[in-house]
Amino acid sequence: MATERDLVVLGAGMHPWGKWGKNFVDYGLVAAKAALADADVAWRDIEFVAGADTIRNGYPGFVAGSTFSQAMGWTGAQISSSYAACASGAQAMQSARAQILAGFADVAMVIGADTTPKGFFAPVGGERKEDPDWQRFHLLGATNPAFFALNARRRIDVFGDTVEDFALVKVKNSKAGVGNPNARFRKEFTLDDFAGSPIVSDPLRLLDICATSDGAAAVIICTPEYAMKKLGTLQGTVRIRAVSNTTPTYPQVRLELPDIATDSNSVVQAPARGFKDSIAYNAYEQAGLGPEDVSCAEVYDLSTALELDWYENLGFCPEGEGARLVRDGVTALGGSKPVNASGGLASFGEAIPAQAIAQVCELTWQLQGRSDGHQVENAKVGLAINQGLFGHGSCTILSV
Amino acid sequence: MQALSSDTTTLQNVTTTERIPAVEGWFTTSEPYTLIGAKCTGCGTVVFPPRSGSCPSPDCDGTELEPTPLSRKGKVWSYTENHYAPPPPYVAAEPFEPYALAAVELEAEGIVILGQVATGVMAADLSIGQEVEVDLQVLYRDDEGVDHWIWTWAPSAPKGSA
Repeated sequence: MATERDLVVLGAGMHPWGKWGKNFVDYGLVAAKAALADADVAWRDIEFVAGADTIRNGYPGFVAGSTFSQAMGWTGAQISSSYAACASGAQAMQSARAQILAGFADVAMVIGADTTPKGFFAPVGGERKEDPDWQRFHLLGATNPAFFALNARRRIDVFGDTVEDFALVKVKNSKAGVGNPNARFRKEFTLDDFAGSPIVSDPLRLLDICATSDGAAAVIICTPEYAMKKLGTLQGTVRIRAVSNTTPTYPQVRLELPDIATDSNSVVQAPARGFKDSIAYNAYEQAGLGPEDVSCAEVYDLSTALELDWYENLGFCPEGEGARLVRDGVTALGGSKPVNASGGLASFGEAIPAQAIAQVCELTWQLQGRSDGHQVENAKVGLAINQGLFGHGSCTILSV
Repeated sequence: MQALSSDTTTLQNVTTTERIPAVEGWFTTSEPYTLIGAKCTGCGTVVFPPRSGSCPSPDCDGTELEPTPLSRKGKVWSYTENHYAPPPPYVAAEPFEPYALAAVELEAEGIVILGQVATGVMAADLSIGQEVEVDLQVLYRDDEGVDHWIWTWAPSAPKGSA
């Protein structure tokens, strides 16, 4: 049951994902106006603006909160700008949520937008010898797909997964994405398509790895009282049951982007719950819900194999059994635990600061029954999870 | 004659100069090759890459970390093979040749360290649990013709041999 502390998602809006070649602010404006219209809230009424930063757009991107505020027209609203890599959107969400729960505001906008170059993600320019992100590229050529591949290889050699299992994730997500007008790739892929897909980082092929995209997403969140005044009822409103922004616990013994090495467990024993398990666990605890309650989940499928890891981290199955869920159609639309009914990153490509917010938009529409073409039947609880570089975990749980 | 002699000396100096590491203080550049971590003088935990200032353990107030050689040998935790040239700041050879990366577990230190695999050893030659050891190879040659060296993981015994 939702409580007074469970804020309301009053509106959601997106600019479709793609490669449009425009300034990120243009995308953000479309998403902001769409979210305001969806919430039926005037821009002047927004008391707090939480922007998720994009590092590829220089100064205005680093201070996204003010950039979008200026673009919409200064109103004197309170503000924050958050950077937490892939979890930036969730961090912005938490910033707005905390402001509202502290009583400093009743209604807030959370917004993120990005425009991305083609190809591998590369670190920020310049010789930055102290930066672990710079070091892993310069010294090792350890790209993001290389890290995804290390995980994928473990799945094959330790759990007995096959590259076909990984391909099935793409097949599933691409099929769902066909029905989503906000997805960039609306083409259904088959296992046959994988044969011709070049290997990027063995054992992962190009089709196993998500693209980088342009896109924008925004949500309007508010107190239950504000929603009550606006709607006359809280019946059917989407409530924010949890936002967990979790760091690892020392020693972090799983090799994670962008680190060249794990922590040592020679003196301090590894925690019983690993980092990615703890991201979900903390959100479940906050919400008072468990994996059995989740109707649908949006997980960060940066690679196909990574989606299988998330099934296990979320407690949808024991460790090592993720592949079975995709093989049996459990996580497909129509299955008992649909994952990435939006099409996931496989169909969107990643627009970093917008992505975690887009996950919330997608879940909101699922819970409202507004996801024509990719609707999960009778969705009551939605969960979004991702992991930002340098130990920013994030998990958001919504319910209706 | 004088000039020629001087040139020769310089040349000899260059050829006998110690290997220049691509990153300072992370590994030895003469045999036996080892990675260098940092050890907390307080609780004894180790960290790689080496760092200073504060022990990484949240339960230790230690601020002194001393360089410490790590185990030369470890076991492959996972591996991959790059089929496309990584973007800068990686200095990719042209034409680019695929190469392998391995994450290797050092048992005594309880740590997994990523590294390039010795040139010519590919993913098909590797398996999880396989023993590998630290070696060095040239990472890149800079515009002045100076080689910069990096540690690699090299199979302790090539596949098929005793």
